[in-house]
Amino acid sequence: MTLRRIPISALIGLILTGVSIFVAVFAPFLAPYSPAETVGDVWEPASDQFWLGTDNLGRDLLSRMIYGARITIFIAAAATALSFCVGAVAGFAAAVAGGLTDQAMSRSVDLLMSIPSLIFALVVLSVLPSTVLILILVMAVLDFTRVYRLARAVAVDVNVMDYVEAARLRGERLKWIVFREILPNALSTLVAELGLRFIFMVLFLSSLSFLGLGVQPPESDWGGMVKENKDGIIFGIPAALIPAAAISVLAISVNLVADWILRRTSDLKGGRS
Amino acid sequence: MIRMAAQRIALGCMLLVAASVLIFAGTQILPGDVAQSILGRSATPESLASLREELGLNKPAVQRYLDWLLAFLSGDLGTALSNGKDIGESVAGRLGNTLFLAGWAAAFSVPLAIFLGLLSVRYQDRTPDRMISGLSLASISLPEFFIGYLLIYFLAVKLQWFPSVATLNADMPLGEKLRTIALPVMVLTMVVLAHMMRMTRAAILNVMQSAYIETAELKGLTPFNVIRKHAFPNAIAPIVNVVMINLAYLVVGVVVVEVIFVYPGMGQYMVDHVSKRDVPVVQACGTIFAAVYIGLNLVADLVSIISNPRLRHPK
Repeated sequence: MTLRRIPISALIGLILTGVSIFVAVFAPFLAPYSPAETVGDVWEPASDQFWLGTDNLGRDLLSRMIYGARITIFIAAAATALSFCVGAVAGFAAAVAGGLTDQAMSRSVDLLMSIPSLIFALVVLSVLPSTVLILILVMAVLDFTRVYRLARAVAVDVNVMDYVEAARLRGERLKWIVFREILPNALSTLVAELGLRFIFMVLFLSSLSFLGLGVQPPESDWGGMVKENKDGIIFGIPAALIPAAAISVLAISVNLVADWILRRTSDLKGGRS
Repeated sequence: MIRMAAQRIALGCMLLVAASVLIFAGTQILPGDVAQSILGRSATPESLASLREELGLNKPAVQRYLDWLLAFLSGDLGTALSNGKDIGESVAGRLGNTLFLAGWAAAFSVPLAIFLGLLSVRYQDRTPDRMISGLSLASISLPEFFIGYLLIYFLAVKLQWFPSVATLNADMPLGEKLRTIALPVMVLTMVVLAHMMRMTRAAILNVMQSAYIETAELKGLTPFNVIRKHAFPNAIAPIVNVVMINLAYLVVGVVVVEVIFVYPGMGQYMVDHVSKRDVPVVQACGTIFAAVYIGLNLVADLVSIISNPRLRHPK
């Protein structure tokens, strides 16, 4: 695993993803202004003082972008982590338990997947307040179905292996089989999926915020910033394009990394890339 | 084959009913109740009571669900809380607009995706194929609103080729309508194109690599006959499946695109009423979207059952 073996596309992805996370973590040290403070005129163009110009209320766009990275990445990462833990454990458990439990869980997941995620999120958010916690929960619940399906599919393959049979015969419990036998053998496939789920979460959160149903003002993620500045587009002010481009760059760079990991893990299994 | 198709239709109907239960339940998960959340914390007990009466919240949830479902099936979608208008009337025109937009997007994206998919199989692992798969990686990662505002910024504002806002009137001539929806159609096309193309490519490659294609070539059939008699019947099911899944995606993806272009369709109607916490409208729209989505997926499965030669000519 030397640096030279990483393909150039994955390297670009890694660097950009790293920069985004760095910016998100150290936001208060990097941002030149407070994200809530009105420091200039409305929609000032980029200048030495405001590197990306100002937004619809005269706040520094760069500072808001830096803080927005924090909110976007935090919510997406938390939702991904939650959906992954729940989805993977449920998927493994269904595969190991088999029979009626498996049927019941799989059919419920099918049902949940039969309604488009965005539509169901809209229905639920029409009665629930859009707090950060609720957003994370809603996104995780709607997305865990995909992780569940993958985890179950992988676990069904692993479950018929001799070593799992051996563990079963020596009387191990479900918990042991799921965490000590299945999990280590399914991990590489799941890690590759992690990146794709994260991208999906970033795009999902951005869409919700763009529709005005995600992160609520005065806090603002990148999707919300697109919404705030979208009226400027018609007057030829590109402020809304900057957060939208940031979402795209983050999504593409994570995608490049995930693609590379996927290819590496599938190479290990006899090169079926 | 008919038995399988009937089973699949029955399953689809069950799924539809279950989905409507889920959507109904989705609006009931609040710790308080809907009336409380609509009126907020400062509501007086009288106004709460009258709203509960109006919404039928005094009845048990199961009965409310059945009443709602029966009314829904008989075409009565109820009245909107925010403006007291009949939901059915508002939805009818907007659903037409949404289908108009999604239909044109499909008319452009489906042939284009199949053509590009074929192209990337023809030039597999060469420059055109690499370019196409690179583009598709990019377009999967781009949010709809980035593509949308990029197009508005350059094509509508800078170059002024198209209107930036897609306001549609019923009495516009068709040409005018098409010019109005040109930009939303472009965005939707780009959103579904990549996925559809990638899956078409995979489906064709999968068929072309199977043993019977090699046999057909080895027994001396002309390339055209190989495709007509052996490749095409086997590739049609996966391709139709891909197309249907993407059409289903299109109907949903339309929500964000309608908001970007202020297009008078179902998606915008639903989003507007979510922020107004107008539950009956959201339920009605959610159910219609889910029904279209489930319906298209059902058609995809039916086509693959019907077009599968192994099922059509059972041994």
